[in-house]
Amino acid sequence: MTEYDRPVTEDELHAYVDGELPDDRREAVTAWLASHTDAAGIVAAWRTQADDIRARYGAVAHEPIPERLQLDRILAADRGARPGGRRFTAMAAAAVFAAFIAGGGAGWFAHGAAVKKPSAFDAITADALEAYRLYVVEVRHPVEVPGSEQAHLRQWLSKRVGYELSLPDLSSLGLKLVGGRLLPGPSGAAAFYMYEGPSGERYTIYCAKAAQPATALRFKSGARDAAFTWVDDKVGYVVSGPSDRDKLESVAKNVYDQVDKGAAKKG
Amino acid sequence: MTIPALRRFARALTRDAEAADDLVQDTLVRALRSEHLFHGGEVRTWMYTILANLNRNRLRSLARRPVMVPVDDGDAAVDAAEGGRDIERALATLVDEQRQALLLVVLEGLSYREVADIQGVPIGTVMSRLARARQQLKTFLEGGRPALRRVK
Repeated sequence: MTEYDRPVTEDELHAYVDGELPDDRREAVTAWLASHTDAAGIVAAWRTQADDIRARYGAVAHEPIPERLQLDRILAADRGARPGGRRFTAMAAAAVFAAFIAGGGAGWFAHGAAVKKPSAFDAITADALEAYRLYVVEVRHPVEVPGSEQAHLRQWLSKRVGYELSLPDLSSLGLKLVGGRLLPGPSGAAAFYMYEGPSGERYTIYCAKAAQPATALRFKSGARDAAFTWVDDKVGYVVSGPSDRDKLESVAKNVYDQVDKGAAKKG
Repeated sequence: MTIPALRRFARALTRDAEAADDLVQDTLVRALRSEHLFHGGEVRTWMYTILANLNRNRLRSLARRPVMVPVDDGDAAVDAAEGGRDIERALATLVDEQRQALLLVVLEGLSYREVADIQGVPIGTVMSRLARARQQLKTFLEGGRPALRRVK
């Protein structure tokens, strides 16, 4: 009861609006606001401000990135400016790429809708989609280990992520394994595989440890790409590809079935 | 952290598409040249830090020149987006570090801890900046007419 009795401070109201209060205190503040209409009005005004800001600027993150801001362009310009700095910038670029992915898409799902902080699972999905967007356009180095070294790829990634991975065979859908890479995930390492179809379309599978034990298959779509996501046996899977939902769904179901079978085999 | 997220933050911070992308470009160039990357640490907050610092420098150099304020530039597209124009004007009345704190929290979804790291101040200072920013926006939006720009 003490949680309910403690007076609510203005700092706490901000923390309440920003999702920074612990759950029990949050409930106490919600209850308190019900009988303090002045404070409730202020909280509502702050929320409206936040919604207006997101409505006004959220869409910027969905605009195509201007050419001058693309990393390869900046790298090329920088290399030209500093001959001999090539190795260093290449390493820096790798670290920045990693940072982009590791940070996830905070706010990616906050766009438009009144969605608050993305859940851990949304973070995985956002990470996966960002990785998809980054590497799917990569011509020379989309993967670290090529698909021709399948056994090595599976072993290496399984060892690094700390659980047994299966490497789905999508040839029945006309998709060939390009290869895979290791990425920093929201909590530990994540595995990332890329597949390519006959006309160059690319699909990726991203696997990372998830907080939930299991979830149903979900669909998230962006402007030019989309993802099917689910959690199975505490591992989150995100299958991303071009936004043709039917095709993506058949890829995702195929992956889902094969992962499921792999798990059954292990017992 | 993504380039799209940096662009979004920069756009809201400057409310000027061209200046915002200049900031993002400078941020990326600095990030790529920095040795900081190899010392570990949280790279995402560090990128926001670079951008925020570059913007502060930009504001300083702007302050040394007289500023022409358009009476009405008739941006119909923004007017049509409900509240878009109001919130943009309201943000313009904030002191830079208050605007930064508010945008990092509500637009970028960062925690108070992360914002404190970015701004290099204690969490309590972040909270008072947030409080002042929200109070000022509320006053401005309820007043329905431009308040005087606050100069530090």
